[in-house]
Amino acid sequence: MNPEQILFILFGAVSLIGAIAVISFRHPIYSALSLIVTFFAQAGLFVLLGAHFVAAAQVIVYAGAIMVLFLFVIMLLNLGTLSVKGAMGRKLKGLAIILGILFAAEGIYIAVNALNDTAVASAEPATESVTTTTYQIGELLFSKYLLPFEVTSLILLAALIGVIVLVKREGQEES
Amino acid sequence: MENMPLLVLILSSVVKILIIVHMLLIGVMIMIWAERRVSGWMQDRLGPNRVGPQGLLQPVADGLKFMFKEDLIPNHVDKPLYVLAPAMLLVPALVTVAVVPFGSSITLFGYEIPLHIADINIGILYILAITSLGVYGVVLGAWASNNKYSLLGGLRSSAQMISYELTLGLGIIGILMLTGNTLSLRTIAVEQGAYPWQWNFLIHFPAFLAFTTAMFAETNRLPFDLAEAEQELVAGYHTEYSSMKFAMFFMAEYMNMIVGSAVTVTLFLGGWHFFGLENVGGPVWSGLISFGIFFLKTAIFLFVFIWVRWTLPRFRYDQLMNFGWKFLLPVALTSIVVTGTLWIMTGSRLVVGIGNVVAAFIVVSIVAGLLVMNKAPEPAIQDDDSRFAPTALDAVE
Repeated sequence: MNPEQILFILFGAVSLIGAIAVISFRHPIYSALSLIVTFFAQAGLFVLLGAHFVAAAQVIVYAGAIMVLFLFVIMLLNLGTLSVKGAMGRKLKGLAIILGILFAAEGIYIAVNALNDTAVASAEPATESVTTTTYQIGELLFSKYLLPFEVTSLILLAALIGVIVLVKREGQEES
Repeated sequence: MENMPLLVLILSSVVKILIIVHMLLIGVMIMIWAERRVSGWMQDRLGPNRVGPQGLLQPVADGLKFMFKEDLIPNHVDKPLYVLAPAMLLVPALVTVAVVPFGSSITLFGYEIPLHIADINIGILYILAITSLGVYGVVLGAWASNNKYSLLGGLRSSAQMISYELTLGLGIIGILMLTGNTLSLRTIAVEQGAYPWQWNFLIHFPAFLAFTTAMFAETNRLPFDLAEAEQELVAGYHTEYSSMKFAMFFMAEYMNMIVGSAVTVTLFLGGWHFFGLENVGGPVWSGLISFGIFFLKTAIFLFVFIWVRWTLPRFRYDQLMNFGWKFLLPVALTSIVVTGTLWIMTGSRLVVGIGNVVAAFIVVSIVAGLLVMNKAPEPAIQDDDSRFAPTALDAVE
């Protein structure tokens, strides 16, 4: 095994363990922390792929900003340990089992397909690592993917304005 | 670096890591001493001067005291997170320094050894990513303490860090636009010349101010130390901590200051460049001199940290948020637009520099004008007597 494979297995294992921990912990804060661990392991996987920018963005956006807000909300609401009980819980359990089976089937389908795919099976691992620089990403975003990029920014802008309008109205009623 | 044998690469990296990490740790000790001595000087008193020459060994004595104190874990805390939190604050503070170039290069035994631990293509993003993780230590420590003062401190700190992180990131973009096509800190430092007017802080002066202010906020230093405001929150997020765990919080704050200063020096103050001292001496000496210059610049900036602490009073919480969102953020955003536009139009750093200052001035004036115009009438302060005494309003009604 070369170092990259070892690192891949390591990051993959950590991200899997983290993901399982997210749903196993009873306390929301511990779940949130496990999710951060998963994000980190995924950032590691991105680095192995040579996508340094995506790795950094993953840590900045998800681990650094969104999860802090998660923790913030959990702490503000002072949520205790969660339990799935009662009629609502039973309904959720049924839904979870159905979705879980669907998801597992999808995963197995993809895995079987990939194993049968001769192109993937016979592909040699890349001999030299290709690193995508931020410069290349920027160039692509502003030329080839200009339209999707602008559309995304418009959606974000709309969301931003929507949030401000919603918050603003509440504030004015209070005063 | 490519033609270096693996063994030399590993050996030189290990030596560099050891030197830098120890410099950071010793730097923390010196900063604690300096802070107390400088604040003493500023307040016209002596400060610690008994232990060792000029009191220099005071931090050693303090450290020993911390180690021999009882490591108390209160019963009401969430133990795993309570123990983890100080480390979660200290580790990001330590690893940020990995991408900061602290000198040009030293040629030893025929190998050119660049003076940085790792020069990665996304250097700045790495720093932003790691510093954004520091907040977890504060927030989790606060929550795990299970103490209302701690929790309030942690909430304040997280809201503050999220608000000011934006300015921190946006303040850098102006520099990136004028610097090559990479985010590597070494390239940014190399592209700034030897003379002060070639350094980025003059070209991006408003962004420099915004970035520095945001950095003060990120390090939780006065005037932004609302997370540990003594008069309101006992000691804020580390109220329940004692012994070495408290010391770790303490060290992390100073380490963040040192790393922050080093990053600012690299980004805005020309890194290890200084006119007249380029290529002095042999291949070894020029590297060491460049390291010395970087060290001195960082030290001067650290002095500014202490200076500001004893000059400015603490913000009120609404002032903090207003300042961050209504002044710093617009200034940082304007700097991006103006830098980009003027650079494309004229391609002159002088024009960009002047345009940045003018635009920032206009934006700040507009914001200030809007704030004054839209200011809600101050709610009359009701003291206890006014509820009972008849007022002028009652008479009108």
